[in-house]
Amino acid sequence: MLQETTFLAPTSWYVILSATLFIMGMAGVLIRRNAILIFMSVELMLNSANLAFVAFARSFMDITGQVFVFFVITVAAAEVAVGLALIVAIFRTKQSIDIDELNTMEG
Amino acid sequence: MLIEQYLPIAILLAIAIVLSLIVVFISRIMGPFRPTAKKLSPYESGMTPMGPAVRRFPVKFYLVAVLFILFDVEVIFLLPYSILVQDLGVYGLITVSIFLTVLTIGFIYEWKKGALEWE
Amino acid sequence: MDIPTLESLNLLAVLPAIILAAYTGLLLVVDLFIPNENKQRTALLAILGLGATGVALGVQINQYSAIGDQMAFGGLVIVDGYALFLQGIFLLSAILGILMAMNYLPRRGIERGEYYSLILFTTVGSMFMALANDLMVVFVALELLSIPLYVLSAFIRDDPGSEEAGMKYFLLGAFSSAFFVYGVALIYGGTGTTSLDGVAAVLAGEALNLPLALVGMGLLLVGLGFKVAAFPFHMWTPDVYQGAPTAATGFMSVGAKVAGFAALIRVLVTAFPGAAQAWGLLVIAIAILTMILGNVTAISQSNAKRMLAYSSIAHAGYILVALSAAQFPELAQEASSAALFYMLTYTITNLGAFAVVMAIEKDDGSGVEIEDFAGLAKSRPAVALMMLIFMLSLTGLPVSAGMVGKFFVFGVAINAASQSVWLAIVAIVGVLTSVVSAFYYMRIVYMMYMRDGDEEAEYPAIKPALGTALAVTGIGTLVLGFLPTLLFDAAQRALIAGL
Repeated sequence: MLQETTFLAPTSWYVILSATLFIMGMAGVLIRRNAILIFMSVELMLNSANLAFVAFARSFMDITGQVFVFFVITVAAAEVAVGLALIVAIFRTKQSIDIDELNTMEG
Repeated sequence: MLIEQYLPIAILLAIAIVLSLIVVFISRIMGPFRPTAKKLSPYESGMTPMGPAVRRFPVKFYLVAVLFILFDVEVIFLLPYSILVQDLGVYGLITVSIFLTVLTIGFIYEWKKGALEWE
Repeated sequence: MDIPTLESLNLLAVLPAIILAAYTGLLLVVDLFIPNENKQRTALLAILGLGATGVALGVQINQYSAIGDQMAFGGLVIVDGYALFLQGIFLLSAILGILMAMNYLPRRGIERGEYYSLILFTTVGSMFMALANDLMVVFVALELLSIPLYVLSAFIRDDPGSEEAGMKYFLLGAFSSAFFVYGVALIYGGTGTTSLDGVAAVLAGEALNLPLALVGMGLLLVGLGFKVAAFPFHMWTPDVYQGAPTAATGFMSVGAKVAGFAALIRVLVTAFPGAAQAWGLLVIAIAILTMILGNVTAISQSNAKRMLAYSSIAHAGYILVALSAAQFPELAQEASSAALFYMLTYTITNLGAFAVVMAIEKDDGSGVEIEDFAGLAKSRPAVALMMLIFMLSLTGLPVSAGMVGKFFVFGVAINAASQSVWLAIVAIVGVLTSVVSAFYYMRIVYMMYMRDGDEEAEYPAIKPALGTALAVTGIGTLVLGFLPTLLFDAAQRALIAGL
């Protein structure tokens, strides 16, 4: 199935990179206030997971990780569709997508 | 390990990042910065700005774009199948048919809802 | 190239879920041809589909004692008592959810056929959550469950509250999914497999990279913690529950939570018995904090939907008590069946409570403050009596389903107390916070029976659909209170070969 390749960096490098991306995405979600940017940060987190999956799949010579990536990509696309629709709807009523302005409910 | 071969790319990347940072910030650092309301307002060919700077965007584009993403991404399941179509035989055919049926349901839905009509 | 045989696919074993999935796709198309003023037909068709699925499930449950556990899709899916029992709960909550919505949506002017299709999609997702035996299936099912719920909570177009609820639920839901996926990636990296049995087998022997797998497990816990609204991942709950249309709130307060627990219990008990001590302590800590936070914050709420949101956080804590006892292998089965039974009682009671809220809610979505319950016993004695039963049950007072549920949950924790003093503590906190919960549940009862309301207050008419839902939940709550052993046996039997 998968073929061993010799000229790529060791798996640990990929995992470290993916962990860095994941943390960057997480920080983005927590720091940013714009709904689109938050959503892009979430996508970054999902894709960091994809990178980890592919790296592990290569090191194990196993196809499972790659298949998982397919599912993550499609699910992310479905989330994009619903998420953007929600963001557009909010923008139409509020003329803003700043999540700090989403505070009609208190308690 | 041919990791060294990536070295030029890494150097190029570093130069690009540093250079772009310099270009962006040098005028800010070196030049005077005395903002007034006039200066900060959006530039509209010297006229007084009219209306908000953020324009309403046509939602039609957005709808088409989202529908495109959905159908575009689903193709990643067809690509591996197209390579292995002979090995998978009837089993693959049935599986892919089920998958395409689900996609078709989505297509019928958006068609009937009028999402594909431009006007 | 290995091509799966029909035998390894074993489609018959997952027939109920397949029927519902196919039916849902069909309903989405059929609904397009039903005129807008006749959307009640879509609802009836949806119930019909759920009923047909229920029949298939019933046949399967009937045969279960003869056939036993089955695998399907080459081991990706397992059909055991646990899965069968949970699928039953999901079908029940979907039917009740649709019955409530049939009355509620037209009143608020938001009846669109998609609502019913989306509920069916969510239910398919939940069913696969219960059936999953592989993290890949858990992930896809989790998303199939969550994405329709984002839409349902934002279903009132142009209503800022509903849109806000949808947005918050969506952003935090997607955030938690990212944690889940990354957790699975690390587990895969640590063990080389995503199959639950496979992970357990690898962890029992020589794991490739144990720390990686354990960190992955932690991230998984975070991801599912969001879905079940456990502390400290609960902050979306009050806003979403308050802003979403009440019919959707009621449905998601049980559907999403029970499905989240279905996956959480399955993953922890099946895949990580080797790391039981690690997750056991975590779950105990989360359970204690969740129960305290949910119950204490609920006291100060003035909006009934918001109060029920904090109450649902508290109930997540009680279910976690049962889960924390499952860390000991010899108690895993008893603990899981206690959790299953608790989820059944919670489903029926909580849906009932939301049905009552819907029965007094005005057409513009107001009238759901706790003050609005004043005088209900005089103007609407039957509805008030129902609410009394539900409040008793949520508190856990005798002759109600809730008491029996709590009895089993705390019982299993106390059984395990000889192994770890922490379980005794978690059980005591559970009992104490249940006492605290009486404050806010009984406030509604006090409002209904002791205070005079606005004589002029007009309540919307209760149509047959909502009436049926109220009757089923009310009677169900009482029956579960009177005949507990019967059903607990069923829950226990469901697990004999399972897990």
